[in-house]
Amino acid sequence: MIVCVKQIPDPAQPGELDSSTNTLKRDGKLILDESDSYGVEMALQLVDAAGGGEVGIVSMAPNGEVSGMRTALAMGAAKGVLVSDPALAGSDALTTAKVLAAAIKRLGEADIILAATESSDGYTGTVPEQLAELLGLPSVTFAKSVTVDGATLKVNRQTEAGYDEVTCSMPAVVSVTAGVVEPRYPSFKGIMAAKSKPLETVSATDLGVTPVGWGGANQQIVDVTQASKRDAGEVFEDDGDAHLKIVAFLEGLKVI
Amino acid sequence: MAITNIWVFAQGSNGAPTSATLELLTKARTLGGGVSAFVEGDASEIAAALGEYGAARVYSTSDLAGALPGVAVSAAMKAVIDGGDSPDLIMFPQNYEGRDVMARLSVKLDRTVLTNNTDIAIDGDAVKVTTPVFGGNTLVTTTFTGSGPFLAAFRPKSFAAEPAGAGAAGEVVAAPVPELGAAGTARIVAVHVEESTGPKLDEANIVVSGGRGMGDAERYSMVSDVAKLLKGAAGASRAIVDAGWVPYSMQVGQTGKVVKPNVYIACGISGATQHMVGMKGSKHIIAINKDKEAPIFGVADLGIVGDVHKVLPKLIEALKSR
Repeated sequence: MIVCVKQIPDPAQPGELDSSTNTLKRDGKLILDESDSYGVEMALQLVDAAGGGEVGIVSMAPNGEVSGMRTALAMGAAKGVLVSDPALAGSDALTTAKVLAAAIKRLGEADIILAATESSDGYTGTVPEQLAELLGLPSVTFAKSVTVDGATLKVNRQTEAGYDEVTCSMPAVVSVTAGVVEPRYPSFKGIMAAKSKPLETVSATDLGVTPVGWGGANQQIVDVTQASKRDAGEVFEDDGDAHLKIVAFLEGLKVI
Repeated sequence: MAITNIWVFAQGSNGAPTSATLELLTKARTLGGGVSAFVEGDASEIAAALGEYGAARVYSTSDLAGALPGVAVSAAMKAVIDGGDSPDLIMFPQNYEGRDVMARLSVKLDRTVLTNNTDIAIDGDAVKVTTPVFGGNTLVTTTFTGSGPFLAAFRPKSFAAEPAGAGAAGEVVAAPVPELGAAGTARIVAVHVEESTGPKLDEANIVVSGGRGMGDAERYSMVSDVAKLLKGAAGASRAIVDAGWVPYSMQVGQTGKVVKPNVYIACGISGATQHMVGMKGSKHIIAINKDKEAPIFGVADLGIVGDVHKVLPKLIEALKSR
């Protein structure tokens, strides 16, 4: 099992765009994207259910930051590869997928490659499917649950109206939706053990991926503007009769 | 290089094109150049309607026989492009299938993707798309560089759908799915539809949504009660969908549905970026929340700082007695 993870700026902090590049500032401390903790948990559960195997993680970052990856190792992943290269700054989703595909090959063979459906900071949401295409593998996106039955993968895939049962051969790429499993908290023992687990840092060039970063992205940000603000209306403290204000408001709109 | 040939990834549902398909066709017509619809599945039932909204040509993959659209439709598109009809721009809806098809195609064509857009403009040779970030407070405009086809996905309800008027029925052209090999083994073997009553969430005139502040799944039922009394639809924040209180089909927000009802009532929702993106376009917004600093009050026309467990029961009684 290999899980793709992303280390992102803490979402509790307000996001900010770099004024020179107009991209999200990612130079501070990075944490494991919560969306990815579900993939890590699902991979650990699948390994438990299979009674063997191990979970590897791959990630990409323009700086050498590994604290988010250590969190995944502390949860129980065995090893990881970080592709770190200043030249990766500004990479688009397709370049990201190319880099991750190369990192996955470096980590070794996998039966299932898991990823989140989208990251919480950039949310392009195409990387898992691009990865599958690059690796020539089948894929099932938006998985709510994953089980293995012999050589067949069985996935419940979320749809607009409910869900579909999907079967697929392995190896395969699966993207998992948030909230489908309860990610475990790393134990103290896990955190200590994570410090000595193998975590290799390589450059994009080491993996033979070029061009990367701004040169590789066939897109350019040309303008950043503030959206027209919606004016806030009246705010009242509930004095026990707030429901009457709501009723009056709805009457005013002639919807009741 | 002007934009002369535009494709729209088209989908049907119950014998009619989806609203997202018609929105994109309407916008595509205004960009200049010819418009084709590329239909996921059999196009026979929807081709005429696609023509009415501006598709001069309708490509059809024919029935996908349970294959997931991502790998199948992208391969069919690539085959048509290799056959000589190469579009300058392909517009996708920002939904499951749109994302999967564009992602696979981006690798086949080695082209970038721009997703989550709400607008598009052609400026000479440049194609510019606009994406709201930070909860919609900031708009980022991005242009494609290099050569096409440019791949862009748009959020639902970014454009209003209007028929073209005297449009001829689109000419249907077969675009069969080629042999997919190992990548094509994913198959849908069963379909489950979660039953819901009342108006659809993204079409309702009134939407009442609940969030973490409702306390637990049981007390969320107050939200459904208010929705029912107002003949509206019930929605939810991502937090309570993730917590398993309600199904994903009820989620309003960036990763859920985008709603633009006449009235949106947010109950116990603080107004995280993720949620605001999905409801800020509502005509009128009412918010009830304990925390007077909650960002939701920044967009509410009527804000009530109070406990939903006190306000909602009284509101339900008041609505029942009318």
